[in-house]
Amino acid sequence: MGVLEPVVDVQPLLEIKNISKGFAGVQALNKVSFSIAPGEIHALLGENGAGKSTFIKVLTGVYTRDSGKILFDGQDFHATSSGHAQTQGVSTVYQEVNLIPTMTVTENLTLLQQPKRFGLISPKRAKQRALEMLERVGLNIDPSKQLDSYSIAVQQLVAIARAIGTKAKLLILDEPTASLDAKEVLRLFELMRQLKSQGISIIFVTHFLDQVYEITDRITVLRNGSFIGTYATKKLPQAELIHAMVGKSLDELTSGSNRETSDSADDVLRIQNFGKQRFLKPVDLSIAKGEIVGLAGMLGSGRSELCEIIFGAQAVDQGSMEIAQNAVHIKSPKQAIDHGLGYCPEDRKIDGIIAELSVRENMILALQAKRGWLKPIPMTEQKAMVESMIERLSIKTPNLNKPIGELSGGNQQKVILARWLLTQPTLLLLDEPTRGIDIGAHHDIIAIMKELCEQGMSLLVASSELEELVIFAHRVVVMKDRKKVMELTGSDISQKSIVNAIAQ
Amino acid sequence: MKERKKFLDINPKIWGPIFSLVVIIVIMGIIDPGFIQIEFKDGRLYGSLIDILVRATPTAIIALGMAVVIGTKGIDLSVGSVVAICGAVAAVLIVETQLPFFMVVIVSVLVGGGIGFLNGIMVSFIGIQPIIATLILMVSGRGIAQLVTGGRAVSFDSTAMDIIGSGALLAIPVRLWIMTALVLCTVLLLRKTALGLFLESVGANAKASRLLGIEARMLKVIAYIFSGMCAAVAGMILIADVSTAEINRLGLWLELDAILAVVLAGASLNGGRIYLGLTIIGALIIQTLTTIIFSSGVPVEYNLIVKACIILAVLLIQSETTKNYVSQLRTKSLENRHAE
Amino acid sequence: MLNERTLPLISAIIVLLLLYGFGSIAYQGFFGLRLAGYLLTDNAFIIVTAVGMAFVILSGGIDLSVGSMIAFVCALMALLVVKFQIHPVVAIAISVCVGTLFGTVMGLVIAIFKIQPFIVTLAGMFLFRGLGYVINTQQVKIDHPFMSSLSEFGIIIGQGELNFVAIIMILFLALGVIISRYTRFGHNVYAIGGDAQSAALIGVNVPWTTVKVYALSGFYSSVAGVLFAVATGSAYPEIGIAVELDAIAAVVLGGTLLTGGVGYVFGAFIGGMTFGVIQQLINFDGTLNAASTRIVIGALLLLFILLQKIILVWAKKFSAKGSD
Ligand SMILES: Nc1ncnc2c1ncn2[C@@H]1O[C@H](COP(=O)(O)OP(=O)(O)OP(=O)(O)O)[C@@H](O)[C@H]1O
Ligand SMILES: [Mg+2]
Repeated sequence: MGVLEPVVDVQPLLEIKNISKGFAGVQALNKVSFSIAPGEIHALLGENGAGKSTFIKVLTGVYTRDSGKILFDGQDFHATSSGHAQTQGVSTVYQEVNLIPTMTVTENLTLLQQPKRFGLISPKRAKQRALEMLERVGLNIDPSKQLDSYSIAVQQLVAIARAIGTKAKLLILDEPTASLDAKEVLRLFELMRQLKSQGISIIFVTHFLDQVYEITDRITVLRNGSFIGTYATKKLPQAELIHAMVGKSLDELTSGSNRETSDSADDVLRIQNFGKQRFLKPVDLSIAKGEIVGLAGMLGSGRSELCEIIFGAQAVDQGSMEIAQNAVHIKSPKQAIDHGLGYCPEDRKIDGIIAELSVRENMILALQAKRGWLKPIPMTEQKAMVESMIERLSIKTPNLNKPIGELSGGNQQKVILARWLLTQPTLLLLDEPTRGIDIGAHHDIIAIMKELCEQGMSLLVASSELEELVIFAHRVVVMKDRKKVMELTGSDISQKSIVNAIAQ
Repeated sequence: MKERKKFLDINPKIWGPIFSLVVIIVIMGIIDPGFIQIEFKDGRLYGSLIDILVRATPTAIIALGMAVVIGTKGIDLSVGSVVAICGAVAAVLIVETQLPFFMVVIVSVLVGGGIGFLNGIMVSFIGIQPIIATLILMVSGRGIAQLVTGGRAVSFDSTAMDIIGSGALLAIPVRLWIMTALVLCTVLLLRKTALGLFLESVGANAKASRLLGIEARMLKVIAYIFSGMCAAVAGMILIADVSTAEINRLGLWLELDAILAVVLAGASLNGGRIYLGLTIIGALIIQTLTTIIFSSGVPVEYNLIVKACIILAVLLIQSETTKNYVSQLRTKSLENRHAE
Repeated sequence: MLNERTLPLISAIIVLLLLYGFGSIAYQGFFGLRLAGYLLTDNAFIIVTAVGMAFVILSGGIDLSVGSMIAFVCALMALLVVKFQIHPVVAIAISVCVGTLFGTVMGLVIAIFKIQPFIVTLAGMFLFRGLGYVINTQQVKIDHPFMSSLSEFGIIIGQGELNFVAIIMILFLALGVIISRYTRFGHNVYAIGGDAQSAALIGVNVPWTTVKVYALSGFYSSVAGVLFAVATGSAYPEIGIAVELDAIAAVVLGGTLLTGGVGYVFGAFIGGMTFGVIQQLINFDGTLNAASTRIVIGALLLLFILLQKIILVWAKKFSAKGSD
């Protein structure tokens, strides 16, 4: 099928031959074969649900493969668990942050390899080791604090620090950049190049194509669990890559197509001096009907915090809020929803999905909660709604009753988005709505957002992807140090102006 | 054929407990045919199986409430004590007041609900861990019940209680009607409204549920109230059995049987799915075992050991690992057949 | 030292001290080494049990079998020493080994068949209690000069006495604290309690750690059984009924979360002592009948939990202000 790269002379580090893996109702991997050379950075690409994460889990022994063969360093490789794979020299950062939220950063970083003294763990040395590991990823945090006191992005960097810290020949990174901003991505790339120069191979999964072109040597594309091809990055134009991934071509996303700010007379939301001590400094902001306001800023700048207090997930202690010109005091998410708000949180694993419940239940829950428990949505209506959403957002699931926890990351994100679209809010707060979403769906979601705002819905979108903010936002609010520092409108919005505002 | 296979595939989990119960009964029926005989005498059904149903009723009713609480990721250890308190209240009301019987019922169910409310408040608004919050009432509840009765066993004489204790309607013991009605109401309440879904959602992920507009705290309180009410009903049935409320033994260790029934039904103590019908099956399994052990003539010292072993056996048969192993074997044999 | 992780433990310690302070003011003879020594002895076997339980709870599990295990070990000791005339040292070794083995078996069932620990250990609870009955159904005196010399051994400190049982308790508490904080196994326990799935992905051997946790709990509860036999010199089948709940409550009172991954083994000691002090307060008061005793214990438990919560909330506010 694909243009197979001429075989490299050296013996490959990893050879994958005809790997297959099926789950009940889904063939997640179907006879996948490719190879990784020593010291190369290899992109593994494909749409949401293409089988990338499954492949990684099969490789590292989290799932057992149905058939196929893996050679690592010329030897038959059959990891029985992630730990086993690690001892064989394969170190992995899985898609969702997989660390222990209740342990300290130090404990997380040194787990299973704690430095010892007289046979017992030495906390002092462990901390030292942790600081060194954090240093490598350029993270300056207090490692004796509990991991979950830090944002997802920091947690992601800790996970990367951990994986790099173990001596590996092959490093696997499953969407490590999904929640990082530009600066940290640069830092990560620097690290990856450094590792590469030491002869370490890296498998890199991402949905950001420019990152692929910046850092990788070769690309392997999966589609629907099947191997499409392996290509040299330099020789593959972006359009062809997209075609390989999606199976069709996509139009260019046009930027600035709806730049005119709407009439601010009918604000759907106006907050003044709105804040919470030690959480967010007071913010003034208004959002007009049919407007998309972008929220930019670095990690911990207060983007998510702003969404949370508007939605009542955190109680405010100062300022006022008006929704559709009426003063309101929102004390809980429920009240916010009753006032026509919706909120897609950043951390989908903890705040978003209800893993045990089915796709259908997850999708209708917010609407059902809005209607109240006494008015159950009839099953036929539920099915119709869910099916149309699955169609509209092209969610990949074998059926409506699959537990959402078994969906691929990007598809979970789409279900959460659908959950809120069903409630038809007047103002939707989206925190990193495209995190982990593939380019096809990204394209669709931006189109949907535009369509929604044409229908009169307003959106507040926090994103670390400046590019997408520039494409769809009418206005961009820049946050820094838990404070609003600038508001950009109309033609002032550009990646450069945002970066400048952040840097000031 | 194809249709049937699909039907069985829907949720193999559901078949575990039912299968276990049927197997136990069939084995007993083969060993002792008298075990499965049912007779019709004096306008009423008799037999070991009917006896098991009758005796399982209190546990089953408590387990119903427990299933809901466990669904919200909680646990209610206080049910045994609630049984004692509500039994005591009902007995004292019957003996010392002229209240009509339905008022007695209402008062003791309200008392049960009230205790559940306290549990719920402690768990959900004060944030005490469920096992500890309900342990408090488990410990002090029996003391409260003793205060209610003044420390003595209260015997009473009441026609209504006699009917609950040993009456029959359409040849079927009255208490089975009570249980059936309760189960049906609960199923309707949980499944014909969105309440069940909300409870499950809160149990599976309370934080995410709050963020999508479900009043997680209120729901938890409701679950505990429900559990308290169920325990109250069970308490009345238990005192009706013997026309006496003897506090020291009333409802002792029932919480463990109830939890066991819920788990046998396939629920996880980490919250999530609620299986109401299967919980009743779970209670029946436990009672069947108890009856068999007592009637089998095993020396008393061995009762607990036999019970433990059978429970373990049932759990092992139902476990994921065993199921996976069996299905692997099955696919292998299928493949072999295909190969031929 | 004062942070979100240590706060629950510290607030538990504060509550214990408040309680002790209250007793000292209200009753004569409450304060002093004599009662302190007595408290350590009297609660030794609960605390030892609770230390094992703390590991189980930190790993996200629960062990309901400990009370029956204590009864079983006592019965086994009696059988070996009285009936088979085996020297108590050997009997102790055998009993502890058998207890640990039973713990291991429960761990294996939990790890291999992935059945919920609550239920497996509940079956264990029935099983061990039943085995205890099978060994003997009556009270038996464990008469042996060695046993008496153990129970009479003690270090006199002022008015108080630190006797054998208390010393062993302190040793095993220290051992537990060291295992939990300074060994790889200890950290793995915290990891699987915090998030078992992630722990597995990091490379922790979850099943194996689980087995070890229940083995450890079996070990600790059989040691508690031995302490009980030494302290009382007798065995009867009803020993240790509901001890599992006391042990769980002690662990939780000591600031450990039942959901796993959060807390300190040392908290088991604080929780156990809190229980002991409550008991002593009621003894010193001496006016309560059986029924009211239960109610008062419940009420005091609630009071302490509320106090802990208040201290927690208050400390959080305070520390947040400090850092601002
Ligand atoms: N544990 C599981 N049980 C059942 N099905 C699963 C499981 N894990 C993955 N799947 C299914 O396998 C397919 C591939 O999923 P996978 O997570 O590998 O996709 P992905 O390429 O990583 O997508 P994304 O970009 O969204 O992360 C999906 O259809 C998913 O629903
Ligand atoms: Mg993935």
